[in-house]
Amino acid sequence: MKSDSRLEKVLTAGKFAVTAELGPPQNADPEAIRKKAQYCLGNVDGANITDNQTAIVRMSSIAAAAIAISCGVEPVVQMVCRDRNRIAMQSDILGAAALGVKNLLCLSGDHQKFGNHPQAANVFDIDSVQLIAMVKKMRDEKKFLSGDPIKEHEPRLFIGAVENPFADPFEYRVLRLAKKVEAGADFIQTQCVFDVEKFARWMELVVAEGLHKKVYILAGLTPVRSHKALVYMKNEVAGMSIPDELIRRTESAGEPKEEGVKICLEMIEQVRNIEGVAGIHLMPIGWESITPVILERAGLLPRPEV
Amino acid sequence: MIVADRKPLEEILNSIKDYRKIMLAGCGGCVTICFSGGAKAVELLASQIKMARKKEGRDIEIIECTPERQCEHEFIDELKKDLGSVDAVLSIACGVGVQAMSQRHPDTITIPGLNTKFMGYPIEHALWDERCAGCGDCVLEWTGGVCPIARCAKKLLNGPCGGSANGKCEVDKDTDCAWQLIYDRLKKLVKLDNLKKIREPKDWRTSTNAGQRRIKFEEAML
Repeated sequence: MKSDSRLEKVLTAGKFAVTAELGPPQNADPEAIRKKAQYCLGNVDGANITDNQTAIVRMSSIAAAAIAISCGVEPVVQMVCRDRNRIAMQSDILGAAALGVKNLLCLSGDHQKFGNHPQAANVFDIDSVQLIAMVKKMRDEKKFLSGDPIKEHEPRLFIGAVENPFADPFEYRVLRLAKKVEAGADFIQTQCVFDVEKFARWMELVVAEGLHKKVYILAGLTPVRSHKALVYMKNEVAGMSIPDELIRRTESAGEPKEEGVKICLEMIEQVRNIEGVAGIHLMPIGWESITPVILERAGLLPRPEV
Repeated sequence: MIVADRKPLEEILNSIKDYRKIMLAGCGGCVTICFSGGAKAVELLASQIKMARKKEGRDIEIIECTPERQCEHEFIDELKKDLGSVDAVLSIACGVGVQAMSQRHPDTITIPGLNTKFMGYPIEHALWDERCAGCGDCVLEWTGGVCPIARCAKKLLNGPCGGSANGKCEVDKDTDCAWQLIYDRLKKLVKLDNLKKIREPKDWRTSTNAGQRRIKFEEAML
């Protein structure tokens, strides 16, 4: 085992893994995390704690992760390259591991233009591929990026990365995934899948390259509460592919929330049957309470003992 | 070339509000090419300032000049003879020109009239795009001649982020995704292998992170 992570144990045992997003609040209230942690407790193998997603200032992902741990939830700490240089990132990696974090997801980070501080300078000292390699170096070679040794207590983290099968250039997406795997990614969480057909085509390329044998791929899924939310994602979020059929379905739905859940359940069923998919990652943006409902109805509860 | 943009007239007027006589100095170099600081721009700005001040009932006298280059002392030293009679210099050269004036003529206040933007290339008439960030360690050899440092909003070295869609950058839909351009060019050149290699973290010491940079060309030293 590379880490002591539950997520790693579930995946290496060949079980279908489940992770879900747990977004920190835009304030200093620990109760907000404790409340959302209850939706995850016992229901997921890892709860992703987002790192100032969409560049909106929120409680630190590592601090929120520590609170989640105190509630018995295993966090997947997200770390973006936008806000910190390599010194701060390595420092935070050590700090996260010291607080009991066992999973780290490495991302570039949404550009600050989309957030509430568009005036901010971005950092991007290193990129997401380099971050993955840095975490692996710290864990496996027991060295900092500089080459200086970590004499003891190296951070034992299960390393995650993301990929967006729907962004361009499409053909390059698999090549880039291969790079992330080579850099040291142990698991991948994808961008939200709405276009299952395109996702399946991407997975075919992934399988053709044999990448599914080197990395665990979790399909990202977002249950949508309303037609409006889906239209917004289609029009405003770059790199999203949302079929018109889904748009029509949510538009004519009598009970939009129930329709959103149904769509999500269908997607879970569909992605489960795609070769190479090792689990799902639920991103119920601002609708964390739906996580246990969906997992229950999808037959993914209780989670396996590992 | 260095591309610069004129500051808003309001801001310029405010920065010279206390002065009755100024020198308005353009530059015959890059900013002439990009229309923001050449002899014509000097003429236009001078008349705008005079009109605005006339309206306020506070006339201003302006000495107009456009040295060949404001970033070299042999060209700006010529201006010295007039400096004694002005309250300040309003420079519409790039930031280098403004600082050259300030350093060469330390007793005169020099005020910038332009915002210096980037090193760029005119993609069409009167339209410039940034091309070089002066990072000090050129990567164009393996990127197919497209710079991800200057042209990717995240300075990524290992391929596009998830926001690349239809060839455009998520940050600005009018801007091409640098990584799409890199991919297309390398594909055409049958050099996609360049993108398989993991690029190591960049050594930013050659960039703006170590303070003011200096280049010394030994062979030409006097």
